[in-house]
Amino acid sequence: MVVLCALAGCGGGDDEEPRLVVSAGSSMSEALTECGRDFAGATVRLSFGGSDELAAQIRQGVKPDVLASANTSIPDELHEEGLLSKPVEFATNRLVIAVPAGSDVRETADLRREGAALAIGSESVPIGSYTREVLHRLPGGEGEVILGNVRSEEPDVRGIVGKLIQGAADAGFVYVTDVTAAGDALEAIQLPSVTQPDVTYAAGVVRGAKQPELAREFVANLREGGCADALSEAGFGGAP
Amino acid sequence: MRGWFPLLLTVALALALVFLTLPVVAIFVDSSPAELVESLGEPGALDALWLSLRVTAVSLAVILLVGTPAAYLLATRSFRGKALLVTLVELPLVLPPAVAGIALLAAVGPSGILGGAIGATGIELALQTAGVVVALTFVASPFYIRQAMAAFASVDRTLLDASRTLGASEARGFLRVMIPAALPGLAAGTALALGRALGEFGATLMFAGSFQGVTQTVPLAIYDRFSTDFESALALSAVLVAVSAGILLSVKFVQGGEALGIAAR
Repeated sequence: MVVLCALAGCGGGDDEEPRLVVSAGSSMSEALTECGRDFAGATVRLSFGGSDELAAQIRQGVKPDVLASANTSIPDELHEEGLLSKPVEFATNRLVIAVPAGSDVRETADLRREGAALAIGSESVPIGSYTREVLHRLPGGEGEVILGNVRSEEPDVRGIVGKLIQGAADAGFVYVTDVTAAGDALEAIQLPSVTQPDVTYAAGVVRGAKQPELAREFVANLREGGCADALSEAGFGGAP
Repeated sequence: MRGWFPLLLTVALALALVFLTLPVVAIFVDSSPAELVESLGEPGALDALWLSLRVTAVSLAVILLVGTPAAYLLATRSFRGKALLVTLVELPLVLPPAVAGIALLAAVGPSGILGGAIGATGIELALQTAGVVVALTFVASPFYIRQAMAAFASVDRTLLDASRTLGASEARGFLRVMIPAALPGLAAGTALALGRALGEFGATLMFAGSFQGVTQTVPLAIYDRFSTDFESALALSAVLVAVSAGILLSVKFVQGGEALGIAAR
């Protein structure tokens, strides 16, 4: 049983370094994987997913040490429910229109074309609700027309990026950092600044964390330290 | 120490039983039947159920029409490379759904190897209901073909030979003798493919996307509701559990009938 547990990673092993479990929104995967390795004092175990999904896990009793969410509303809610420490804002992001390299889409008006296939986030995930915010701010009901061209509502950003790279969708709304991470495959088209939502990332220590002290250090590191640098390199804006 | 072994067996069975049934039971314990029914009334949930029903039916029709003769051929002929062929046909059985999704995109996606040719005919698969059917057919058909091959192989060949001796063509023998004789096995294969198609998640999401009423089947709708509407996710899960249990029971019933048939012979 002990051997099986070691193989399956049941946790509670006797590593020399304590293990810090960090649940983070998928959009941070590249940046945090890098700085997690360099984090002093603990072996950082990262678990990425849609921020809402990670929150649902915490509500169902899964206890990571840190939650780093791609918005402020989820950590705020969890804090109110007594499941998370007071959230710390540590980064910002921007929404852009992402298109496959070489696409002739240049502005939001191009997304209204008949037959344009869009992939956006599902309304239940942050990228999806931000996207709807942007669309509602477009003048003259343009947003409604664009919503009519949506062909897929993806449960996370990776789904949107994948559909674009594979040519299954013509355009999508993602974070600027996702376009950076996709390298040459995608191009970002800036949105009119008046439509830009306030995308602020916040993190907190999960109540009942096994390593509360290290968790606090990790949250501080997200705001100022190795992880903050890695985030800025990946295209994120600094803490507001 | 007499009796320790039966005890061990009992403990092992009890462990397996608790481990396997508890999560399923929890789906029904976590919410009242009234709540379940109410959550199902929501338009998104109904759309998902209706879509799942449609795509599963179409995909099963394709599987039966193509899979039955294909399985018959594999079961009744021997030729060079047959083992390899059977392995290739069975491969999707063990492919992880994510691999199936990627593979479908690489083959028949818009930038896949056949993407251009398919696009030229005006057929669109990615992000379309037809794409869901393709994904379901890909993952579910091996379940049917495998079972159908076994069913045809176990039919007493003298029946077919007798019909041939009486002057029936092979096609007639296939339709009038082989299919009726293999029917219990074919039905079991159909039920297995149905179960797999109904539960398909990964390949559908990657290849066909997720859009209410178009590509969002029940498993995708469950995932979409997971974080925002756990009640509704539970309700849809309960429906899938009930349907899957029904499928399993009908397989047992059909196979039970087959066993009885053999005993009576």
